[in-house]
Amino acid sequence: MESLGNIIAYFIIALAIIVFSVMTVTTRKILRAATYLLFVLFATAGIYFQMGYEFLGAVQIAVYAGGILVLFVFAIFLTGKPGKDSEPLESQKKIVGLSAAVLTALVCGYALFTQVDMCMSLANQPIDVTINQIGSMLLSTEKFGYLLPFEAISILLLACIIGGVVIARKR
Amino acid sequence: MDFSYSYLVLVLPFVTFLFLGLMGTRLSRKAAGVVGTTMMGITAVIAYTIALDYFFGTTQGQLVDGIRQQLVAWDLTWLEFSEKLVIKLGFLLDPISAMMLIVITTVSFLVHLYSLGYMQDHHHEYEKGLQRYYAFLSLFSLSMLGLVVAPNIFQMYIFWELVGVSSYLLIGFYYTLPAAVSASKKAFIVTRFADLGFLVGILILSFYTQTFDFITLTSDPTAAIATAGGATFMGCSVTAWALTLIFMGGAGKSAMFPLHIWLPDAMEGPTPVSALIHAATMVVAGVYLIARMFPLYCLEEGAMTIITVIGAFTAFYAAAVACVQSDIKRVLAFSTISQIAFMVTSLGVARPELHDGVGYMASMFHLFTHAMFKALLFLCAGAIIHAVHSNEMSAMGGLRKYMPICNIAFLIGCLAIAGIPPFAGFFSKDEILVAAFLNSPIWGVWMMLVAGMTAFYMFRLYYKIFWWNTPNYHHTPHDGPMTMSLPLIILSGISIVAGFVPFGEMVTYDRASHPIHMTMWVAISSVAVAVVAILLATKLYLKENEAPAKMKDAFKGVWTAAYNRFYMDELYQFITHKIIFERVSRPLAWFDRQIVDGSLNMLANITNSASYAVRKLQSGNIQAYVYVYLIGALLLGAITVICLI
Amino acid sequence: MELTLLMYIVPSLIMFCCGVYGFITRKNMIAILISLELMLNAVDINFVVFNRYLFPGEMEGMFFSLFAIAIAAAETALAIAIIVNVFRMAKNIDIRELIKMKF
Repeated sequence: MESLGNIIAYFIIALAIIVFSVMTVTTRKILRAATYLLFVLFATAGIYFQMGYEFLGAVQIAVYAGGILVLFVFAIFLTGKPGKDSEPLESQKKIVGLSAAVLTALVCGYALFTQVDMCMSLANQPIDVTINQIGSMLLSTEKFGYLLPFEAISILLLACIIGGVVIARKR
Repeated sequence: MDFSYSYLVLVLPFVTFLFLGLMGTRLSRKAAGVVGTTMMGITAVIAYTIALDYFFGTTQGQLVDGIRQQLVAWDLTWLEFSEKLVIKLGFLLDPISAMMLIVITTVSFLVHLYSLGYMQDHHHEYEKGLQRYYAFLSLFSLSMLGLVVAPNIFQMYIFWELVGVSSYLLIGFYYTLPAAVSASKKAFIVTRFADLGFLVGILILSFYTQTFDFITLTSDPTAAIATAGGATFMGCSVTAWALTLIFMGGAGKSAMFPLHIWLPDAMEGPTPVSALIHAATMVVAGVYLIARMFPLYCLEEGAMTIITVIGAFTAFYAAAVACVQSDIKRVLAFSTISQIAFMVTSLGVARPELHDGVGYMASMFHLFTHAMFKALLFLCAGAIIHAVHSNEMSAMGGLRKYMPICNIAFLIGCLAIAGIPPFAGFFSKDEILVAAFLNSPIWGVWMMLVAGMTAFYMFRLYYKIFWWNTPNYHHTPHDGPMTMSLPLIILSGISIVAGFVPFGEMVTYDRASHPIHMTMWVAISSVAVAVVAILLATKLYLKENEAPAKMKDAFKGVWTAAYNRFYMDELYQFITHKIIFERVSRPLAWFDRQIVDGSLNMLANITNSASYAVRKLQSGNIQAYVYVYLIGALLLGAITVICLI
Repeated sequence: MELTLLMYIVPSLIMFCCGVYGFITRKNMIAILISLELMLNAVDINFVVFNRYLFPGEMEGMFFSLFAIAIAAAETALAIAIIVNVFRMAKNIDIRELIKMKF
């Protein structure tokens, strides 16, 4: 059995994810969309914490909520009038989008409900993930070591920094 | 000294053509004329050296056992397609080509000289485009010389076409006049059409005899025809077909009926050009061609009959038309047609067994003399037109008082063409009549009649120009400058003495010496006919009177028909426009446009519209791509899930 | 009451579908990018949840999410640089108006 607190937390998180996701894509003000996205990201971080991956949750908040969202807000302010409503959607477009979303939900939902064992529980599988472990695995060359992806990511980030500077600078 | 220097005869005019053509207007008009004339003079001197050396020299083996040899001065391989199909460029010397060298360079040089005076307006300004004129004259001289010295039939064909091109260019020299433009087009198209026959004939002949070479073909014609292996087409042997088709090419260039229609119109060109190209040299190319292949023609009786009939008919037809024309250049044009027809007939009636092939010799003799006196007549006509600014007889008359040199020169020309001894035309025409009588009395009488008509219309022309009445001239006519008079005097001199050239010893069918024997009764009767015709013309046209008009009214139908050249041009117009254009070309054009083009256009349209339809897939709209991608991914996912269950 | 696997997957699926809907319908390029982030986030959640439920002893899913977050950050930074540049040239970031490179 789960603790009641865990269950309540889960429902709050699930509700937040569903509601704010929908609001992110339906609001007509771009800045609000960014804000709702922030809430979705926080809720996601909450899931990570609940799973017991505290480091991942911290990264989620720091990088996503702290970094990417700020970039979004900057971009929104640089490229238009954030307070203005975007024009309402054409119904045809709406139908196309909705059909795509519903089809996705149907196919994936069907797969989930027919293929996945629903009875697995969180409580009886305790885990132990420490920062130590993560750090040594990131820089390890043994089995389950992630040094190569780690370095690749660092080069990718460097490339992105240079690319971003080159693309966005004034000519 | 061998004949290798003879390449100069072709190279000099070519260089002149290039020089004058490339320099264009950077050269002054006068300088262009002087350069062209000088170069032609040098060419003439070289050609004379060659011809005289050929006829009278002995060092090069020109004469072996009394027979003049055919010498190939040089022979270059030009195009080599295969072992057998080799096109060569060479220089053949034999009696007729040597004679033609003299004729062409003489007339050409005199015409170059004459043009210096003629191509000026009455302020003594040289005409616009004189550089072009002299460049084209050089081109013409080159092509004509290349034609006559060709040792193979293909080289002849190439220069034959070049001659046609330069003729076209020179007829259309006054390209701002619509008449000149259409005349040049007409000349080119008609001769081109005839040359189609020539080309087909060449191809057939060379295919069956395996050679282009004149010497191989003519030195043993029986063997050459035997090579064809007796192949036949529609009941006639292929060689007969080939020779007839080749004659068609010759008939086109030599303006034989019914391909003569371009020559009268070609008079739209400058008069010296008419003298050079359309009287003395180019139009005899057909005669020259038949003479060149004479041994082959001798073996095909059918082809010879066609030549004779066409020649005799054309001679009569052209003479009849010439009797009533009022434009002096047209009279001379029809006279030219008639005289060339004389030569053609003479070749047609010639047989080696008849009096040592006198017809061949007579034809070449007449070619020679005719070139001289017809050039003389044309140059005189040019001087007259230059003086009175009109081509029409009605604008002339009484000119003997104003233009004495021209008067005498023209009279000499008329006497020569009429066949009065001792002028040149008498000797050559007499031999033609002898040849005709030897073949058949019918041809003899016929040609004598035409000879009489010739005398009549020439003297009608003479009297109408120089006697008759004197109209009021705006400017007093006078003889041209020395550049114009000198050629007239030289040609008059040649016209008087040319008859005494011992042609029978120099130019004969077997290249042996067969001295001319006068056949007295033919000579006397032909002179009598000519004199009667001249007297008749004198009676009718010496002074202005009503008799010609009365005669015209009496034979109104015939006169009108003859004046309109027996409606040959209208017939051509009808055939080309109403039948070929309307009934054949138009449906073909429709078929081409609607069916041939249409099917391809349909393919293109289908491709085009298909592409436009497909283009929508590549809309550039990323959201559409995502949608399509997503649907695809979902389908795959759904299939996987269904399969797993 | 147990918190089963499905209870985590369903919100993530809804998040993903919202991302799809937003990506297809929105015109503003930044909004499209936001939708993209939603989808990416949903995938991250899946990785983590499957890792946690199916292989509690391993950490592959978590590391995958970690790297995905890093790459998402890089990708977003670059995309925004491009958007800013496009805006500077075309004065517009409406995806349907940017047709200069079409066809």
